[in-house]
Amino acid sequence: MSPGGDLPWFRRGLRDGIPICMGYFAVSFALGITARGIGMNALQAGLMSMGMVASAGEFAAIVLIQSSAGVIEMITTCIVVNLRYFLMSCSLSQKLSPDLPFYHRFLLPYCITDEIFGLSSAVEGYLNPFYTYGMTIVSVAGWTTGTVLGVLMGNIMPDWAVNALSVSLYGMFLAIIIPPSKKDRFIAGLVLISMASSGLFSLLPVLRDISGGFKVIILTLLIAGAAAFIHPVEEAKAAS
Amino acid sequence: MNPGVYPSLLIMCLTVYCIRMLPFLVFRREITNTWLRSFLYYVPYVTLAVMTFPAIITATNDIRSGIAALIVGLLTAWYKGDLFVVALSCCAAVFVTGLIL
Repeated sequence: MSPGGDLPWFRRGLRDGIPICMGYFAVSFALGITARGIGMNALQAGLMSMGMVASAGEFAAIVLIQSSAGVIEMITTCIVVNLRYFLMSCSLSQKLSPDLPFYHRFLLPYCITDEIFGLSSAVEGYLNPFYTYGMTIVSVAGWTTGTVLGVLMGNIMPDWAVNALSVSLYGMFLAIIIPPSKKDRFIAGLVLISMASSGLFSLLPVLRDISGGFKVIILTLLIAGAAAFIHPVEEAKAAS
Repeated sequence: MNPGVYPSLLIMCLTVYCIRMLPFLVFRREITNTWLRSFLYYVPYVTLAVMTFPAIITATNDIRSGIAALIVGLLTAWYKGDLFVVALSCCAAVFVTGLIL
């Protein structure tokens, strides 16, 4: 278990959740506006955000509701759009202590978003789940409030604020991947190759038509798969 | 057949939850296979890098402010590393660029 008790980790989670909350607020506000556009009410949109906690996944959900999709179509689309969370959960399952009470394996899945996953993986050693729960409470509060306000108030947030807030989530991603790149050249190379490939995917014909969710899955499988082959991590590192 | 908004939401929320939960049930022990362990160790770096670039430069309504956010984000992450500072610096970069341009 990582040093520190549950309560300090929970508090740290609440603090680290603040920038996530801000970024989520801006994104979910836009989501709320979209939901309102297809006739969803604030309760429906709020429940959706609280229950799903997924950006692209919820945009897809709105489209499905708008098109009165059937059950099979809803389930398959949800699986495809949210498949990257499957990979993230696989990865995070290896950060858990073997002694961790079993119920955490039912609570942690709810918390797996791009940002919360990123921060939870960045912890040294085993993950204390209360860190993740702290971040999740703050983030989901922002995510849900943003969605509800988006539905209720529509387009009242000024452009400059939406613009500025919209990059905060990416800033957090950089704060997660750049410091380890400084210490480990292989990680640095991995980050560079990943960014370059992602850039190519958005420029090249055919490849640029692949949806964002699929791009993440394809590139993660290819690049992380190749990296694991070229440079297998030693035991001590993989456990951390 | 479409079951209506609330049942639809329930079905989709449960689907998304199951996608996230299954790996936690399947991988209850530490994986011993070196390749798989290494792969899962590298997943966060690749995933987050792919999601950040080029999305960060197209996130705002002006590509120049997006590029400013990227540069400021890289520099603050490299020299400071604190999550909150990096996130706020990126926001500030976009805001300031918006004022200048």
